[in-house]
Amino acid sequence: MTEVSATTQDRATPHMTVSKTNVAIEVIGMHKWYADFHVLRDINLKVMEGERIVIAGPSGSGKSTLIRCINRLEEHQEGQIIVNGTELTADIKRIDEVRREVGMVFQHFNLFPHLTILQNLTLAPIWVRGIPKAEAEATAMHYLERVKIPEQANKFPGQLSGGQQQRVAIARSLCMQPKIMLFDEPTSALDPEMVKEVLEVMISLAEDGMTMICVTHEMGFARQVANRVIFMDQGQIIEQNEPEAFFSNPQHERTKLFLSQILH
Amino acid sequence: MSDIGFVRADLVPAKPAPNRTSGAMAWAQKNLFATPVDTILTLLGLLFLTWIVPPLFNFFIGHAVGPNGTVEECRAIDAGACWAYIYSEMEFFIYGFYDIPQQWRPNIVFALGAMLFVPLLIPKAPFKRVNAILFLVVYPVVSYFLLAGGVFGLTEIPTEKWGGLLVTLIISVVGITLSFPLGIILALGRQSNLPVIKTLCIAFIELIRAVPLITILFMASIMLPLFMPQGTTVDKFLRALVGVTLFTSAYMAEVVRGGLQAIPRGQYEAGASLGLGYWQRMYFIILPQALKHVIPGIVNNFISLFKDTSLVYIVGMKDLLEAVKTKNDSALEWQSANTATTGYLFAAMVFWVFCFSMSRYSMYMERRLNTGYKR
Repeated sequence: MTEVSATTQDRATPHMTVSKTNVAIEVIGMHKWYADFHVLRDINLKVMEGERIVIAGPSGSGKSTLIRCINRLEEHQEGQIIVNGTELTADIKRIDEVRREVGMVFQHFNLFPHLTILQNLTLAPIWVRGIPKAEAEATAMHYLERVKIPEQANKFPGQLSGGQQQRVAIARSLCMQPKIMLFDEPTSALDPEMVKEVLEVMISLAEDGMTMICVTHEMGFARQVANRVIFMDQGQIIEQNEPEAFFSNPQHERTKLFLSQILH
Repeated sequence: MSDIGFVRADLVPAKPAPNRTSGAMAWAQKNLFATPVDTILTLLGLLFLTWIVPPLFNFFIGHAVGPNGTVEECRAIDAGACWAYIYSEMEFFIYGFYDIPQQWRPNIVFALGAMLFVPLLIPKAPFKRVNAILFLVVYPVVSYFLLAGGVFGLTEIPTEKWGGLLVTLIISVVGITLSFPLGIILALGRQSNLPVIKTLCIAFIELIRAVPLITILFMASIMLPLFMPQGTTVDKFLRALVGVTLFTSAYMAEVVRGGLQAIPRGQYEAGASLGLGYWQRMYFIILPQALKHVIPGIVNNFISLFKDTSLVYIVGMKDLLEAVKTKNDSALEWQSANTATTGYLFAAMVFWVFCFSMSRYSMYMERRLNTGYKR
């Protein structure tokens, strides 16, 4: 568990405000099966704009599947998922509409290895948003500076370290100027020395009021940035609470067991 | 036990690698005479070369009859290859029965083709887009009217008269440029989520792949007219073109599919999560990576297509090989013990030069495109 410096924490809190009225994501009675296997069961979740949610749970509990349903990388079979007011159905137009506004960062970065960093960042803004190339490049450089690696713009992903690649992946999503960011175990594939640099970028995003859902095992990050922690097991939401209460006073037996396993 | 403890005082700086021994002697010792078995194999190899090289040299060069030789020289007992025959028949090998006074037309087509195609192959040459449009759209139209004639006061020359290298090149170039995109479409179709498209693509690929090219050409020339209404015909040359293209596209599809399967699912997902549509994902992300993986397989198909063009004799076209085999009047005048052999050798050399060039170019391309994975 990487602890992030106290100074960042002091800076972090005051700006992070949660909207009382605007719903970013609403999941209602959602079920999902992989063939006969019931992976997600009766998921109900309402995320307001500006919320920072951390989803924790043992492997195979369905946390990744849940956030992958939110931008329809996975299909749900029952219930409703409404993102930015658009309900996800089989309609490709709606799916693309949602994906344009929802950024996603993957465990294994998934940068495009045949394109330079700058091309990775400008591809979608140019072809999905129709932004002129020069403008897209300027935006890309802005976000590369924000993740502190503008000097890598003309390199290929394979030439960067894992932490740098993940920061590029975050910048790539930001270039689409999304309303919501999904993080699928963004630090799990990184060397221990590189976890912090990625977490710092995520914290600074939270400070700016980005609506975020992070699947992560970084409990320090959850404590510091999240306004809500969700614990999942066997495809269900077992418990959710504010981080302070969640960590100090877990209610469900499964949650207690999980926390005792990971907080040594 | 205090001797377990260790703290490095100074970091060790990198130093250059030790010198390697070089020079011809060192090389020979290492590669030819390293062990007694190596020495014996080297000597055996030398023996084999002294046995095989002189007769080959004599046939090809030493006793061969040069371009200005005569039939009589070719018929001499110890004569080698009869290059004079090739030289005198060259026009027939290149143009077939194409009318001799009109041969400037194929010449223009050849020259235009070279002018447009060579810059396409050179990565640094400018105006790629314009160049590609000229080569892929304008050039085929211009070439067709130049070769076939019948317009702008050009004499009409039916495709039956086209032949030799001209036919071999037209079928190869058209076959390659059409079967490649068609193969990509088929490969994508085979991976499609839409059941109708998927089934159609699988059916097409499996049907065509399971049938020999000869059969397809044979069907095209014998069976097709039976299904057509009375009086309508499809040009024989066109049938051969379509047959070769469809045949190769089925193989190409499977090669491309191999490349598609090598792309991790995360690449598709990253593209999708950025809001890129299906075709954008394929064009910008998946295909550039997938095709790079399968360049050797793609070029394999191109080479095999180039050689398979010699099968169009089935529909009665005279490609290069068929032109060499044809015993027309002037070929009969050159009758000698080695004439036929020389003809086949010539055809083989032409095929080899083209196929080898493709192979070398693909290796160059592979090296060039490797940049993306540089570490």
